[in-house]
Amino acid sequence: MSIQKWNASQVAKKVINNEELFILDVRNADAFEDWKIDGRRFKYLNIPYFELLDGIEEILPKIPTNKEVLVVCAKEGSSLMIAEMLSDAGHDVAYLAGGMKSWSEYLEPIKVGDLTGGGELYQFVRLGKGCLSYMVISKGEAAVIDAVRFTEIFTSFAEQKNVEIKHVFDTHLHADHISGGRHIAESTGATYYLPPKDAEEVVFHYTPLVDGTTVQIGTTKIEVGALYSPGHTIGSTSFVVDSKFLLTGDILFIDSIGRPDLAGLAEDWVGDLRDTLYKRYRELSHELIVLPAHFMIIDELNEDGTVAKPLGVLFGQNHGLNVQDEEEFRRVVTDQLPPQPNAYQEIRKVNMGKIAPAPDEQTEMEIGPNRCAVR
Amino acid sequence: MKADFQLDAKGLSCPMPIVKTKKVMADLVDGQILEVSATDKGSKADIAAWAETVGHQYVGTLETEGVLKHYIRKCSNDRIEETMFDQTIDLELITSSEGLILDVREEAEFAFGHIAGAKSIPMGQLEARLSELDKEREIYVICRTGKRSDMAAQKLASHGFTRVFNVLPGMTSWKGDLTKNI
Repeated sequence: MSIQKWNASQVAKKVINNEELFILDVRNADAFEDWKIDGRRFKYLNIPYFELLDGIEEILPKIPTNKEVLVVCAKEGSSLMIAEMLSDAGHDVAYLAGGMKSWSEYLEPIKVGDLTGGGELYQFVRLGKGCLSYMVISKGEAAVIDAVRFTEIFTSFAEQKNVEIKHVFDTHLHADHISGGRHIAESTGATYYLPPKDAEEVVFHYTPLVDGTTVQIGTTKIEVGALYSPGHTIGSTSFVVDSKFLLTGDILFIDSIGRPDLAGLAEDWVGDLRDTLYKRYRELSHELIVLPAHFMIIDELNEDGTVAKPLGVLFGQNHGLNVQDEEEFRRVVTDQLPPQPNAYQEIRKVNMGKIAPAPDEQTEMEIGPNRCAVR
Repeated sequence: MKADFQLDAKGLSCPMPIVKTKKVMADLVDGQILEVSATDKGSKADIAAWAETVGHQYVGTLETEGVLKHYIRKCSNDRIEETMFDQTIDLELITSSEGLILDVREEAEFAFGHIAGAKSIPMGQLEARLSELDKEREIYVICRTGKRSDMAAQKLASHGFTRVFNVLPGMTSWKGDLTKNI
Protein backbone atom coordinates (compact mmCIF):
# COMPACT_ATOMS: atom_id res chain seq x y z
CA MET A 1 0.00 0.00 0.00
CA SER A 2 1.02 3.62 -0.33
CA ILE A 3 3.40 5.70 1.76
CA GLN A 4 2.95 9.45 2.02
CA LYS A 5 5.54 11.94 3.13
CA TRP A 6 4.03 14.67 5.28
CA ASN A 7 5.79 17.85 6.24
CA ALA A 8 5.44 19.62 9.57
CA SER A 9 2.96 22.17 8.23
CA GLN A 10 0.52 19.39 7.27
CA VAL A 11 0.72 18.01 10.79
CA ALA A 12 0.31 21.54 12.22
CA LYS A 13 -2.98 21.92 10.32
CA LYS A 14 -4.25 18.71 11.89
CA VAL A 15 -3.33 19.95 15.36
CA ILE A 16 -5.01 23.31 14.81
CA ASN A 17 -8.11 21.85 13.12
CA ASN A 18 -8.51 19.23 15.87
CA GLU A 19 -8.41 16.38 13.39
CA GLU A 20 -7.93 12.75 14.33
CA LEU A 21 -4.55 11.12 13.79
CA PHE A 22 -2.82 7.96 14.97
CA ILE A 23 0.87 8.54 15.64
CA LEU A 24 3.28 5.62 15.75
CA ASP A 25 6.30 7.17 17.45
CA VAL A 26 9.36 4.94 16.98
CA ARG A 27 11.80 6.92 19.12
CA ASN A 28 13.18 5.75 22.49
CA ALA A 29 10.65 5.52 25.30
CA ASP A 30 12.49 8.32 27.18
CA ALA A 31 12.33 10.67 24.22
CA PHE A 32 8.63 10.00 23.72
CA GLU A 33 7.90 10.42 27.41
CA ASP A 34 9.72 13.75 27.39
CA TRP A 35 8.17 15.24 24.29
CA LYS A 36 5.77 14.29 21.51
CA ILE A 37 3.46 15.83 18.89
CA ASP A 38 0.45 16.95 20.88
CA GLY A 39 -3.02 16.99 19.35
CA ARG A 40 -6.35 17.04 21.16
CA ARG A 41 -7.67 14.08 19.16
CA PHE A 42 -4.39 12.28 18.49
CA LYS A 43 -3.82 8.71 19.62
CA TYR A 44 -0.34 7.29 20.16
CA LEU A 45 1.68 4.13 20.14
CA ASN A 46 5.33 4.37 21.16
CA ILE A 47 7.62 1.50 20.29
CA PRO A 48 11.30 2.11 19.46
CA TYR A 49 12.27 1.23 15.87
CA PHE A 50 15.04 -1.06 17.08
CA GLU A 51 12.47 -3.35 18.65
CA LEU A 52 10.87 -3.76 15.24
CA LEU A 53 13.96 -4.70 13.24
CA ASP A 54 12.86 -8.35 13.06
CA GLY A 55 9.35 -7.47 11.97
CA ILE A 56 6.26 -5.52 12.87
CA GLU A 57 3.83 -8.43 13.25
CA GLU A 58 3.41 -7.91 16.97
CA ILE A 59 2.21 -4.33 16.60
CA LEU A 60 -0.02 -4.83 13.54
CA PRO A 61 -3.17 -5.47 15.63
CA LYS A 62 -2.62 -2.08 17.29
CA ILE A 63 -2.42 -0.09 14.04
CA PRO A 64 -5.86 1.27 13.10
CA THR A 65 -7.13 0.88 9.56
CA ASN A 66 -9.95 3.42 9.85
CA LYS A 67 -7.89 6.54 10.51
CA GLU A 68 -4.74 8.17 9.23
CA VAL A 69 -1.47 6.80 10.57
CA LEU A 70 1.70 8.87 10.84
CA VAL A 71 5.05 7.29 11.72
CA VAL A 72 7.42 9.66 13.54
CA CYS A 73 11.05 9.39 14.62
CA ALA A 74 13.85 11.77 15.57
CA LYS A 75 15.05 12.71 12.10
CA GLU A 76 13.24 10.68 9.46
CA GLY A 77 15.21 7.53 8.56
CA SER A 78 13.68 5.13 11.06
CA SER A 79 10.13 6.32 10.45
CA LEU A 80 10.56 5.72 6.73
CA MET A 81 11.88 2.21 7.41
CA ILE A 82 8.93 1.35 9.66
CA ALA A 83 6.46 3.02 7.25
CA GLU A 84 7.79 0.76 4.49
CA MET A 85 7.31 -2.30 6.67
CA LEU A 86 3.74 -1.23 7.47
CA SER A 87 3.07 -0.55 3.82
CA ASP A 88 4.35 -4.02 2.91
CA ALA A 89 1.92 -5.39 5.46
CA GLY A 90 -0.95 -3.68 3.66
CA HIS A 91 -1.35 -0.41 5.58
CA ASP A 92 -1.69 3.09 4.15
CA VAL A 93 0.70 5.21 6.20
CA ALA A 94 2.54 8.50 6.23
CA TYR A 95 5.86 9.47 7.79
CA LEU A 96 7.04 12.86 8.99
CA ALA A 97 9.65 14.49 6.75
CA GLY A 98 12.57 15.62 8.89
CA GLY A 99 11.13 13.90 11.97
CA MET A 100 10.80 15.60 15.35
CA LYS A 101 13.63 17.93 14.36
CA SER A 102 11.48 19.56 11.69
CA TRP A 103 8.49 19.51 14.05
CA SER A 104 10.54 21.38 16.65
CA GLU A 105 11.46 24.02 14.08
CA TYR A 106 8.12 24.59 12.39
CA LEU A 107 6.34 27.94 12.87
CA GLU A 108 2.75 28.68 11.90
CA PRO A 109 2.00 32.40 11.49
CA ILE A 110 -1.56 33.22 12.61
CA LYS A 111 -3.19 36.66 12.66
CA VAL A 112 -4.24 37.64 16.18
CA GLY A 113 -6.01 40.88 15.36
CA ASP A 114 -6.22 44.23 13.57
CA LEU A 115 -4.60 47.37 14.88
CA THR A 116 -5.50 51.05 14.56
CA GLY A 117 -5.21 52.40 11.02
CA GLY A 118 -4.93 49.10 9.18
CA GLY A 119 -2.14 47.53 11.20
CA GLU A 120 -1.98 43.83 12.02
CA LEU A 121 -0.58 41.67 14.77
CA TYR A 122 0.67 38.17 13.97
CA GLN A 123 1.52 35.36 16.35
CA PHE A 124 4.07 32.79 15.15
CA VAL A 125 3.16 29.53 16.84
CA ARG A 126 6.01 27.05 17.21
CA LEU A 127 3.81 24.05 17.96
CA GLY A 128 6.64 21.59 18.54
CA LYS A 129 8.35 23.65 21.17
CA GLY A 130 5.55 25.82 22.52
CA CYS A 131 7.34 29.08 21.64
CA LEU A 132 5.34 32.11 20.52
CA SER A 133 6.85 35.02 18.59
CA TYR A 134 5.15 38.19 17.38
CA MET A 135 5.19 40.64 14.52
CA VAL A 136 3.48 44.03 14.63
CA ILE A 137 2.86 45.42 11.14
CA SER A 138 1.72 48.89 10.17
CA LYS A 139 2.15 51.07 7.08
CA GLY A 140 5.24 49.48 5.68
CA GLU A 141 7.02 48.94 9.00
CA ALA A 142 7.27 46.07 11.41
CA ALA A 143 8.46 45.18 14.89
CA VAL A 144 9.39 41.64 15.91
CA ILE A 145 9.11 40.41 19.49
CA ASP A 146 10.70 37.25 20.95
CA ALA A 147 11.82 35.87 17.60
CA VAL A 148 12.99 32.24 17.57
CA ARG A 149 16.22 31.36 15.79
CA PHE A 150 14.70 30.59 12.37
CA THR A 151 15.14 34.17 11.26
CA GLU A 152 14.32 33.61 7.63
CA ILE A 153 10.69 32.89 8.50
CA PHE A 154 10.38 36.43 9.89
CA THR A 155 12.34 38.21 7.19
CA SER A 156 10.50 36.45 4.38
CA PHE A 157 7.15 37.05 6.07
CA ALA A 158 8.03 40.76 6.26
CA GLU A 159 8.96 40.72 2.59
CA GLN A 160 5.72 39.04 1.68
CA LYS A 161 3.81 41.69 3.64
CA ASN A 162 5.96 44.37 2.06
CA VAL A 163 7.12 45.82 5.38
CA GLU A 164 10.52 46.73 6.74
CA ILE A 165 11.54 45.36 10.13
CA LYS A 166 12.57 48.42 12.17
CA HIS A 167 12.56 47.18 15.76
CA VAL A 168 13.43 43.82 17.27
CA PHE A 169 12.73 43.09 20.94
CA ASP A 170 13.38 40.27 23.37
CA THR A 171 11.20 40.48 26.47
CA HIS A 172 14.02 38.81 28.43
CA LEU A 173 17.14 36.72 28.04
CA HIS A 174 15.63 33.38 27.02
CA ALA A 175 16.76 30.12 28.62
CA ASP A 176 14.65 27.57 26.76
CA HIS A 177 15.27 28.53 23.15
CA ILE A 178 17.83 30.39 21.10
CA SER A 179 16.75 33.90 20.15
CA GLY A 180 16.81 35.01 16.53
CA GLY A 181 16.42 38.66 17.52
CA ARG A 182 20.01 39.82 17.21
CA HIS A 183 20.46 38.17 13.80
CA ILE A 184 17.25 39.63 12.41
CA ALA A 185 18.39 43.07 13.57
CA GLU A 186 21.82 42.57 11.99
CA SER A 187 20.44 41.47 8.65
CA THR A 188 17.74 44.14 8.39
CA GLY A 189 19.46 47.08 10.08
CA ALA A 190 16.74 47.17 12.72
CA THR A 191 17.36 48.25 16.31
CA TYR A 192 17.76 45.35 18.75
CA TYR A 193 16.48 45.92 22.28
CA LEU A 194 17.15 43.88 25.41
CA PRO A 195 16.38 44.61 29.07
CA PRO A 196 19.75 45.77 30.49
CA LYS A 197 19.24 43.91 33.79
CA ASP A 198 19.23 40.63 31.84
CA ALA A 199 22.07 41.72 29.59
CA GLU A 200 24.91 42.29 32.03
CA GLU A 201 26.96 39.51 30.47
CA VAL A 202 26.09 39.98 26.79
CA VAL A 203 29.02 40.58 24.49
CA PHE A 204 27.29 42.47 21.66
CA HIS A 205 25.77 45.91 21.24
CA TYR A 206 22.08 46.37 22.08
CA THR A 207 19.68 49.17 22.84
CA PRO A 208 18.41 49.14 26.44
CA LEU A 209 14.76 48.25 26.84
CA VAL A 210 13.48 49.92 29.98
CA ASP A 211 10.15 50.72 31.58
CA GLY A 212 8.44 53.34 29.43
CA THR A 213 10.45 52.68 26.23
CA THR A 214 8.01 53.41 23.42
CA VAL A 215 8.32 52.95 19.68
CA GLN A 216 5.89 53.81 16.94
CA ILE A 217 5.36 51.43 14.06
CA GLY A 218 4.45 52.99 10.70
CA THR A 219 2.95 56.40 10.20
CA THR A 220 -0.22 55.76 12.13
CA LYS A 221 0.24 55.74 15.80
CA ILE A 222 0.72 52.18 16.91
CA GLU A 223 2.58 52.23 20.10
CA VAL A 224 4.60 49.40 21.47
CA GLY A 225 5.19 50.38 25.07
CA ALA A 226 7.45 48.59 27.50
CA LEU A 227 6.36 47.73 31.04
CA TYR A 228 8.99 46.50 33.48
CA SER A 229 7.65 43.22 34.87
CA PRO A 230 10.42 41.20 36.59
CA GLY A 231 10.08 37.75 38.10
CA HIS A 232 10.95 35.14 35.48
CA THR A 233 14.20 37.03 35.07
CA ILE A 234 15.19 40.28 36.76
CA GLY A 235 14.91 42.17 33.46
CA SER A 236 11.65 40.67 32.15
CA THR A 237 9.65 43.31 30.35
CA SER A 238 6.10 43.23 28.94
CA PHE A 239 4.68 45.22 26.05
CA VAL A 240 1.36 46.94 25.54
CA VAL A 241 0.61 47.11 21.82
CA ASP A 242 -1.92 49.63 20.51
CA SER A 243 -3.61 49.72 23.94
CA LYS A 244 -5.20 46.39 23.04
CA PHE A 245 -2.67 43.64 23.55
CA LEU A 246 -0.39 42.73 26.46
CA LEU A 247 2.68 40.73 25.47
CA THR A 248 3.70 39.07 28.72
CA GLY A 249 6.88 37.24 27.70
CA ASP A 250 7.53 34.41 30.16
CA ILE A 251 5.84 36.09 33.11
CA LEU A 252 2.22 35.11 32.56
CA PHE A 253 0.89 32.30 30.39
CA ILE A 254 -2.67 31.21 29.72
CA ASP A 255 -2.79 28.32 32.16
CA SER A 256 0.33 28.95 34.24
CA ILE A 257 2.89 31.53 35.32
CA GLY A 258 6.62 31.98 34.74
CA ARG A 259 9.15 30.13 36.85
CA PRO A 260 11.72 32.28 38.63
CA ASP A 261 14.67 29.89 38.77
CA LEU A 262 16.20 29.59 35.30
CA ALA A 263 18.83 32.22 35.95
CA GLY A 264 19.50 30.58 39.30
CA LEU A 265 17.75 33.02 41.62
CA ALA A 266 14.33 31.61 42.46
CA GLU A 267 14.35 32.77 46.07
CA ASP A 268 15.36 36.32 45.16
CA TRP A 269 12.94 36.82 42.32
CA VAL A 270 9.82 35.27 43.70
CA GLY A 271 8.93 38.62 45.30
CA ASP A 272 9.34 40.39 41.96
CA LEU A 273 7.14 37.79 40.29
CA ARG A 274 4.49 38.28 42.95
CA ASP A 275 4.61 42.08 42.53
CA THR A 276 4.31 41.89 38.77
CA LEU A 277 1.38 39.46 38.76
CA TYR A 278 -0.49 40.77 41.80
CA LYS A 279 0.24 44.53 41.58
CA ARG A 280 1.56 45.82 38.23
CA TYR A 281 -0.71 43.71 36.04
CA ARG A 282 -3.76 44.43 38.23
CA GLU A 283 -3.40 48.14 37.43
CA LEU A 284 -3.75 47.49 33.70
CA SER A 285 -6.99 47.35 31.75
CA HIS A 286 -8.59 43.95 32.17
CA GLU A 287 -9.67 44.17 28.53
CA LEU A 288 -6.10 43.74 27.29
CA ILE A 289 -5.57 40.50 25.36
CA VAL A 290 -2.71 38.54 26.93
CA LEU A 291 -0.20 37.18 24.40
CA PRO A 292 2.48 35.08 26.11
CA ALA A 293 5.83 33.89 24.76
CA HIS A 294 4.94 30.24 25.38
CA PHE A 295 2.22 27.71 25.74
CA MET A 296 2.71 24.49 27.65
CA ILE A 297 -0.21 22.27 26.69
CA ILE A 298 -2.35 22.02 23.59
CA ASP A 299 -5.47 22.99 25.55
CA GLU A 300 -4.11 26.53 25.74
CA LEU A 301 -4.71 26.97 22.01
CA ASN A 302 -7.87 28.78 20.90
CA GLU A 303 -10.00 27.33 18.10
CA ASP A 304 -8.12 29.29 15.44
CA GLY A 305 -4.77 28.05 16.78
CA THR A 306 -3.81 31.31 18.51
CA VAL A 307 -2.77 31.50 22.15
CA ALA A 308 -4.54 34.56 23.58
CA LYS A 309 -7.01 35.43 26.34
CA PRO A 310 -8.24 38.64 27.97
CA LEU A 311 -6.33 39.61 31.11
CA GLY A 312 -9.60 39.82 33.06
CA VAL A 313 -10.40 36.20 32.20
CA LEU A 314 -6.97 35.06 33.37
CA PHE A 315 -7.43 36.88 36.68
CA GLY A 316 -10.42 34.58 37.19
CA GLN A 317 -9.06 31.33 35.75
CA ASN A 318 -5.28 31.17 35.97
CA HIS A 319 -4.31 29.30 39.12
CA GLY A 320 -1.05 31.26 39.42
CA LEU A 321 -3.00 34.52 39.69
CA ASN A 322 -5.22 33.17 42.43
CA VAL A 323 -2.89 32.23 45.25
CA GLN A 324 -3.87 34.82 47.85
CA ASP A 325 -1.36 33.87 50.51
CA GLU A 326 2.15 35.16 49.79
CA GLU A 327 3.89 32.31 51.61
CA GLU A 328 1.92 29.72 49.69
CA PHE A 329 2.76 31.52 46.45
CA ARG A 330 6.44 31.36 47.37
CA ARG A 331 6.14 27.62 47.96
CA VAL A 332 4.27 27.03 44.70
CA VAL A 333 6.87 28.77 42.55
CA THR A 334 9.98 27.50 44.30
CA ASP A 335 9.16 24.04 45.69
CA GLN A 336 7.44 22.17 42.90
CA LEU A 337 9.39 23.28 39.88
CA PRO A 338 9.42 20.99 36.86
CA PRO A 339 12.79 19.81 35.46
CA GLN A 340 14.75 22.61 33.83
CA PRO A 341 14.69 22.88 30.02
CA ASN A 342 17.27 20.93 28.05
CA ALA A 343 20.68 22.66 27.96
CA TYR A 344 19.24 25.87 29.42
CA GLN A 345 22.58 27.16 30.68
CA GLU A 346 24.21 26.76 27.26
CA ILE A 347 21.18 28.35 25.61
CA ARG A 348 21.56 31.40 27.86
CA LYS A 349 25.23 31.64 26.82
CA VAL A 350 24.27 31.55 23.14
CA ASN A 351 21.74 34.31 23.75
CA MET A 352 24.45 36.37 25.48
CA GLY A 353 26.64 35.95 22.40
CA LYS A 354 29.29 34.08 24.45
CA ILE A 355 29.18 30.90 22.38
CA ALA A 356 28.11 30.31 18.79
CA PRO A 357 27.42 26.61 18.23
CA ALA A 358 26.86 25.12 14.77
CA PRO A 359 23.23 24.87 13.60
CA ASP A 360 22.92 21.14 14.31
CA GLU A 361 24.26 21.66 17.83
CA GLN A 362 21.66 24.39 18.30
CA THR A 363 19.01 21.91 17.22
CA GLU A 364 20.23 19.41 19.83
CA MET A 365 20.19 22.08 22.52
CA GLU A 366 16.60 22.99 21.79
CA ILE A 367 15.24 19.44 21.68
CA GLY A 368 12.42 18.79 24.10
CA PRO A 369 9.66 20.79 25.77
CA ASN A 370 10.22 24.39 26.91
CA ARG A 371 9.35 24.07 30.63
CA CYS A 372 9.35 27.76 31.42
CA ALA A 373 6.25 27.65 33.52
CA VAL A 374 5.10 26.58 36.93
CA ARG A 375 1.49 25.56 37.36
CA MET B 1 40.47 0.79 23.96
CA LYS B 2 40.53 -2.94 23.33
CA ALA B 3 37.62 -4.56 21.51
CA ASP B 4 37.19 -7.92 19.78
CA PHE B 5 35.42 -6.49 16.76
CA GLN B 6 35.07 -3.08 15.17
CA LEU B 7 32.17 -1.70 13.17
CA ASP B 8 32.46 1.51 11.19
CA ALA B 9 29.07 3.22 11.06
CA LYS B 10 30.45 6.73 10.57
CA GLY B 11 28.40 8.94 8.27
CA LEU B 12 25.38 6.67 8.56
CA SER B 13 22.20 8.09 9.96
CA CYS B 14 19.50 6.44 11.97
CA PRO B 15 18.39 3.62 11.72
CA MET B 16 21.51 2.25 9.98
CA PRO B 17 23.98 2.27 12.93
CA ILE B 18 21.63 0.03 14.92
CA VAL B 19 20.68 -2.14 11.95
CA LYS B 20 24.38 -2.83 11.27
CA THR B 21 25.25 -3.31 14.95
CA LYS B 22 22.50 -5.90 15.26
CA LYS B 23 23.89 -7.82 12.27
CA VAL B 24 27.48 -7.80 13.50
CA MET B 25 26.56 -8.76 17.07
CA ALA B 26 25.03 -11.96 15.71
CA ASP B 27 28.55 -13.12 14.74
CA LEU B 28 30.19 -12.47 18.12
CA VAL B 29 30.45 -15.12 20.79
CA ASP B 30 29.33 -14.53 24.32
CA GLY B 31 31.47 -12.11 26.28
CA GLN B 32 33.14 -10.48 23.28
CA ILE B 33 33.17 -6.73 22.89
CA LEU B 34 32.12 -4.78 19.82
CA GLU B 35 33.26 -1.23 19.18
CA VAL B 36 30.87 0.77 16.98
CA SER B 37 32.14 4.07 15.54
CA ALA B 38 29.33 6.41 14.60
CA THR B 39 28.77 10.08 13.90
CA ASP B 40 24.99 10.10 14.41
CA LYS B 41 24.55 11.70 17.85
CA GLY B 42 21.28 9.87 18.41
CA SER B 43 23.07 6.52 18.19
CA LYS B 44 24.25 6.74 21.81
CA ALA B 45 20.81 6.64 23.41
CA ASP B 46 19.54 4.18 20.81
CA ILE B 47 22.41 1.70 21.16
CA ALA B 48 22.12 1.73 24.95
CA ALA B 49 18.36 1.21 24.80
CA TRP B 50 18.60 -1.43 22.07
CA ALA B 51 21.27 -3.37 24.02
CA GLU B 52 19.07 -3.38 27.10
CA THR B 53 16.06 -4.63 25.11
CA VAL B 54 17.92 -7.57 23.62
CA GLY B 55 19.96 -8.35 26.74
CA HIS B 56 23.45 -7.29 25.64
CA GLN B 57 25.58 -5.21 27.98
CA TYR B 58 26.05 -1.57 26.96
CA VAL B 59 29.51 -0.79 28.37
CA GLY B 60 29.85 2.88 27.47
CA THR B 61 30.59 5.52 24.83
CA LEU B 62 33.69 7.61 24.19
CA GLU B 63 33.50 10.78 22.13
CA THR B 64 36.50 12.19 20.33
CA GLU B 65 36.42 14.81 17.60
CA GLY B 66 32.82 14.23 16.68
CA VAL B 67 33.13 10.44 16.50
CA LEU B 68 31.25 8.35 19.03
CA LYS B 69 32.71 4.99 19.96
CA HIS B 70 30.18 2.71 21.57
CA TYR B 71 31.23 -0.47 23.42
CA ILE B 72 28.82 -3.37 23.72
CA ARG B 73 29.47 -6.77 25.26
CA LYS B 74 27.56 -9.71 23.88
CA CYS B 75 25.44 -11.56 26.42
CA SER B 76 23.11 -13.70 24.36
CA ASN B 77 22.61 -16.56 26.83
CA ASP B 78 23.11 -14.74 30.08
CA ARG B 79 21.33 -17.44 32.05
CA ILE B 80 21.59 -17.39 35.78
CA GLU B 81 24.01 -20.10 36.81
CA GLU B 82 24.75 -21.46 40.25
CA THR B 83 28.14 -20.26 41.32
CA MET B 84 30.50 -23.14 42.17
CA PHE B 85 33.32 -21.61 44.15
CA ASP B 86 32.47 -21.78 47.82
CA GLN B 87 34.84 -19.14 49.27
CA THR B 88 32.87 -15.95 48.76
CA ILE B 89 32.92 -12.45 50.21
CA ASP B 90 30.20 -9.85 50.33
CA LEU B 91 30.68 -6.89 47.95
CA GLU B 92 30.19 -4.43 50.80
CA LEU B 93 33.14 -5.83 52.75
CA ILE B 94 35.91 -5.80 50.17
CA THR B 95 36.98 -2.18 50.37
CA SER B 96 37.39 -2.39 54.13
CA SER B 97 39.48 -5.56 53.85
CA GLU B 98 43.21 -5.86 53.25
CA GLY B 99 43.30 -7.98 50.11
CA LEU B 100 43.63 -7.22 46.44
CA ILE B 101 40.52 -6.55 44.36
CA LEU B 102 41.02 -8.41 41.10
CA ASP B 103 38.62 -7.25 38.36
CA VAL B 104 38.33 -9.91 35.63
CA ARG B 105 35.98 -8.02 33.32
CA GLU B 106 37.09 -6.90 29.85
CA GLU B 107 39.36 -3.85 29.55
CA ALA B 108 36.56 -1.67 28.17
CA GLU B 109 34.25 -2.54 31.05
CA PHE B 110 37.03 -1.80 33.54
CA ALA B 111 37.85 1.51 31.84
CA PHE B 112 34.26 2.78 32.03
CA GLY B 113 34.11 2.24 35.79
CA HIS B 114 35.82 0.19 38.49
CA ILE B 115 36.50 0.30 42.21
CA ALA B 116 39.51 2.47 43.07
CA GLY B 117 42.65 0.37 43.54
CA ALA B 118 41.31 -2.67 41.72
CA LYS B 119 43.69 -4.55 39.43
CA SER B 120 42.50 -5.41 35.94
CA ILE B 121 43.19 -8.82 34.40
CA PRO B 122 40.49 -9.82 31.94
CA MET B 123 39.30 -13.41 32.35
CA GLY B 124 40.84 -14.46 29.04
CA GLN B 125 44.32 -13.27 30.08
CA LEU B 126 44.30 -14.69 33.61
CA GLU B 127 46.19 -17.90 32.92
CA ALA B 128 49.06 -16.06 31.23
CA ARG B 129 49.34 -13.40 33.93
CA LEU B 130 49.28 -15.49 37.13
CA SER B 131 52.81 -14.36 37.97
CA GLU B 132 51.49 -10.83 38.61
CA LEU B 133 49.55 -12.12 41.62
CA ASP B 134 50.78 -12.71 45.17
CA LYS B 135 49.77 -16.10 46.64
CA GLU B 136 50.24 -14.84 50.21
CA ARG B 137 47.73 -12.04 49.89
CA GLU B 138 43.94 -12.38 49.93
CA ILE B 139 42.41 -11.90 46.46
CA TYR B 140 38.81 -10.76 45.96
CA VAL B 141 37.80 -11.64 42.42
CA ILE B 142 35.07 -9.44 40.98
CA CYS B 143 33.21 -9.18 37.66
CA ARG B 144 29.85 -7.76 36.61
CA THR B 145 27.51 -10.35 38.10
CA GLY B 146 29.66 -12.94 39.85
CA LYS B 147 29.74 -15.49 37.04
CA ARG B 148 33.09 -14.77 35.40
CA SER B 149 34.69 -14.16 38.80
CA ASP B 150 33.45 -17.58 39.91
CA MET B 151 35.29 -19.20 37.00
CA ALA B 152 38.35 -17.05 37.64
CA ALA B 153 38.40 -18.00 41.32
CA GLN B 154 38.26 -21.71 40.37
CA LYS B 155 41.12 -21.19 37.96
CA LEU B 156 43.23 -19.45 40.62
CA ALA B 157 42.49 -22.24 43.11
CA SER B 158 43.58 -24.85 40.58
CA HIS B 159 46.91 -23.04 40.36
CA GLY B 160 47.49 -23.22 44.09
CA PHE B 161 45.99 -19.93 45.23
CA THR B 162 44.25 -20.62 48.54
CA ARG B 163 43.32 -17.17 49.80
CA VAL B 164 40.87 -16.50 46.94
CA PHE B 165 37.31 -15.21 47.38
CA ASN B 166 34.57 -14.66 44.81
CA VAL B 167 32.86 -11.29 45.35
CA LEU B 168 29.06 -11.47 45.37
CA PRO B 169 27.14 -9.75 43.98
CA GLY B 170 29.25 -8.11 41.25
CA MET B 171 29.78 -4.58 39.94
CA THR B 172 26.12 -4.22 38.91
CA SER B 173 25.33 -3.82 42.61
CA TRP B 174 28.23 -1.50 43.46
CA LYS B 175 26.87 1.74 44.94
CA GLY B 176 30.17 3.47 45.70
CA ASP B 177 32.36 5.72 43.56
CA LEU B 178 33.62 4.51 40.21
CA THR B 179 37.09 5.24 38.87
CA LYS B 180 37.35 5.67 35.11
CA ASN B 181 40.32 5.31 32.77
CA ILE B 182 38.90 7.21 29.81
